[in-house]
Amino acid sequence: MGGIIKSSIARKVAMALSGLFLVVFLAQHFTINITSVISPDTFNEWSHFMGTNILVQGVLQPILIFGVIFHFVMGFILEIQNRKARGDVGYSLFKGSANSSWFSRNMLISGIVILLFLGLHFYDFWIPEITTKYIEGDMSGMHNGEFRYYEETVEKFANDPYRTGLYVLAFVFLIFHLLHGFSSAFQSVGFNNKYSKALKTFTKAFAIVIPLGFAFIAIFHYVSHL
Amino acid sequence: MKLTLKIWRQENSNTKGRFETYNVDKVEGDMSFLEMLDVLNDGLVREGKEPVEFDHDCREGICGTCSLQINGEPHGPGNRVTTCQLHMRSFKDGDTIVIEPFRARAFPIVKDLIVDRSAFDRIQQAGGFISVNTSGNTIDANSTPIEKEKADMSFDAATCIGCGACVAACKNASAMLFTSAKVSQFALLPQGEVEASERVMHMVDQMDKEGFGNCTNTGACEIECPKGISLENIARMNREYLSASVAG
Repeated sequence: MGGIIKSSIARKVAMALSGLFLVVFLAQHFTINITSVISPDTFNEWSHFMGTNILVQGVLQPILIFGVIFHFVMGFILEIQNRKARGDVGYSLFKGSANSSWFSRNMLISGIVILLFLGLHFYDFWIPEITTKYIEGDMSGMHNGEFRYYEETVEKFANDPYRTGLYVLAFVFLIFHLLHGFSSAFQSVGFNNKYSKALKTFTKAFAIVIPLGFAFIAIFHYVSHL
Repeated sequence: MKLTLKIWRQENSNTKGRFETYNVDKVEGDMSFLEMLDVLNDGLVREGKEPVEFDHDCREGICGTCSLQINGEPHGPGNRVTTCQLHMRSFKDGDTIVIEPFRARAFPIVKDLIVDRSAFDRIQQAGGFISVNTSGNTIDANSTPIEKEKADMSFDAATCIGCGACVAACKNASAMLFTSAKVSQFALLPQGEVEASERVMHMVDQMDKEGFGNCTNTGACEIECPKGISLENIARMNREYLSASVAG
């Protein structure tokens, strides 16, 4: 196994699999978040389930955290290796736009923006949640006799144009990252055949629709409290 | 037409290089890019100066010897063309053309615009062959039935001329397109199946040892490849490598 993970193909497959796992997580995260626009009660119930279920908290959450860290660390390692591979002297003129998309050549930039966003997102939601549940020991999910999840989410965006703006900006970069990354993952695991064209259409639609959906949720909660 | 050329000059791999600017005139649109460089060198030699060194051989687009990063693209503007088949009608009178060697750690500069691409030879030697006894009892290749579709895909992969444009175009200086073409041309044929696992493992290992970068699927290699080698070959190599790794 050690031999496999050291090879360039193993590294790209590892990046692809961790990326695909994170894409599945995004879809799941979006499914729950969109209920905050449609039905606050449903959002509260699903959030409470995800926040207190042993399987989700004890197994899926650690795997998710590992997946996120692995994807970023491996991404940076690959970037360093790739820069070294060009040699000590780079091109004075490199016309990347002639043969590839901006998104595919700048996964590092979109990735760093998403990483910075995750810092803000963890500060906003994950750290307070972990503090309440595992440090203060309050697993009830209640505040003043009602579920607290919906109110906690909404109050982050209500009357805060800067936070809303930062979230929307991050989601734009998430589009950039997914536009290349999602379809690229299938090529990395060796999936390139007659179905690839249709798959690429789906991945591009997903890359645009899901982040725009997240942006819509943030803007909705901001606008509805103006 | 009159042109200004900014050309990379470097004595050898141990010295630092620099750009030098030259002016050439009487360039005809029907000249190939290499013939234009011949005109430049003819002038330099007449002036008693060192000519610009560049790789060339067949000048028919089939040997893979010519290279050059021209205005930021390997083999210059246009698709499916080698530098020797790039004609000066692709440029306009008064243009400035920047000419650099293919740049990759695995392709050290020999002199000026010539780079050492023997890393490709070593990848090929690591497994890009089939072990056939050729001492008089060779079976005619046509006696082995092969599906037309697979034969065509194998032939397409085999059209790779090993020029290195894929490495030059890739932002990561990855050699995955070259290696995958050389893996695929055998993997698709029954004659190549016997050694398929060893082949892909050895060739990828050698590719990594040479110091090429990791593929990030930008697709630049496929676009700039003068023979249009498809990314499908890289996907096939990934599959071959994964199944060979799992099988041990």
